Amino acid sequence: MKSKTRKVLLIVPSIVVAKGLESIFDNQGEFEVAGILPDLGRGSETRLRNVEADVIIIDPCVFSYAERANGRNWLSDNSDAAAVALQTGLEGEETLKAYDETFSLYDEPTTIIRKLRAALEGRQESGKTEGEELSAREKEILVCVAKGMLNKEIADQFNISIYTVITHRKNITRKTGIKTVAGLTVYALLNNLIDVGDFE
Amino acid sequence: MYKDPIPMKKHRSESDAIRLAGNMKLADLLDLNPNLLGVLTRVGLRFGFGDETVEEACRKKGINPQTFLLICKVYTFTGYMPSSDALRTADLRDIVTYLHSSHADYMDNALQELAGQIDRMLEPCDERYKKVIWRFFSAYKEELSEHFRYEEEVVFPYVQSVLDHVGDKGFTITQYEENHTNVEEKLGDLKNIIMKYLPQECDDRQVSEILFKLYLLEMDLEKHTSIEDDILVPMVNRLEEHEK
Repeated sequence: MKSKTRKVLLIVPSIVVAKGLESIFDNQGEFEVAGILPDLGRGSETRLRNVEADVIIIDPCVFSYAERANGRNWLSDNSDAAAVALQTGLEGEETLKAYDETFSLYDEPTTIIRKLRAALEGRQESGKTEGEELSAREKEILVCVAKGMLNKEIADQFNISIYTVITHRKNITRKTGIKTVAGLTVYALLNNLIDVGDFE
Repeated sequence: MYKDPIPMKKHRSESDAIRLAGNMKLADLLDLNPNLLGVLTRVGLRFGFGDETVEEACRKKGINPQTFLLICKVYTFTGYMPSSDALRTADLRDIVTYLHSSHADYMDNALQELAGQIDRMLEPCDERYKKVIWRFFSAYKEELSEHFRYEEEVVFPYVQSVLDHVGDKGFTITQYEENHTNVEEKLGDLKNIIMKYLPQECDDRQVSEILFKLYLLEMDLEKHTSIEDDILVPMVNRLEEHEK
């Protein structure tokens, strides 16, 4: 994992920004640009699906104002990559929170690299983990689900994006073989992760 | 997705070697696919049928043999889709009667027996565990019965009204696009909980018998849904078209 270069897809309208990021990556060697999309015109979905990116850096201004809140949704429909928002304008806190990380035009190259790494790590933690044992984080989330908490509430409690919560939940179901909330509650109780008293 | 609880040769379509036909002996039909035992009972064909053929036995019982065979085919061929000819020769009343007696069979027999067995299996367990598993099972049972109630109280009376040519103008059979997923998922969860996460105190033989029953139930419910979606709905649809 150490020596492998991570592929980055840039979805930024400014060629100056795109070239700037490219040269930062060239200097650092850890990441490389696998593609640049200046906008989300026709064919961008296909492009998104075909570029096998590990991280997507996106300027949320490529979405129209009305679509912005849903932007992250659209990305995850078309790609499994971690998504990092590049803040160039005034974005609402809710919009930015949906992304795995956020950086601004004025961040130092090292900060940018660090944030990309963090986004990837967060992603891997929630991504396809091998083995059938639930991880510590998955157990925490399972307990919340069993107690009847909504994805949004869970995301807020752990300060993670709602998409990460969904990925964790998918993994919990895959590992336990249990799909319904009621079933997960039984699982949590049988495995002593919660007490009957917790939700009565 | 499911495994045949009783192994049977897989045939994709009728032309694949076996044909279910009216002139076949009832005993041979069962030999071909033992999973049809439940169908026979629900239709009311009594054992001790000797060398009777499918046709003879059905006529005696007042069931359209084509309808009976159609149901048998759904149970026998994976992914069976009836031809429009097959739908034309079948009797809608017999289909409804079959679905109705299946509901009764699930609720009064299969789930009752399961309830008793699960209760016995949980006996040596800790009170807390007993309670949660029992509660999950009861909720599943309630949901399934709710689902059947809707069909009994809304769908079947509507089908009857179409048959009597007094179709309810406000309802069409396509509205009955029901969501089976949740009940199916709950049954899957119940199976997994019992198979994978049961407290060690439970008796293996009892567990295994329950699992066998759950597999059978799962398979049967799947076929039940196919009969509703691929036979009942298109047959009623055709009648509705005629009424227009």
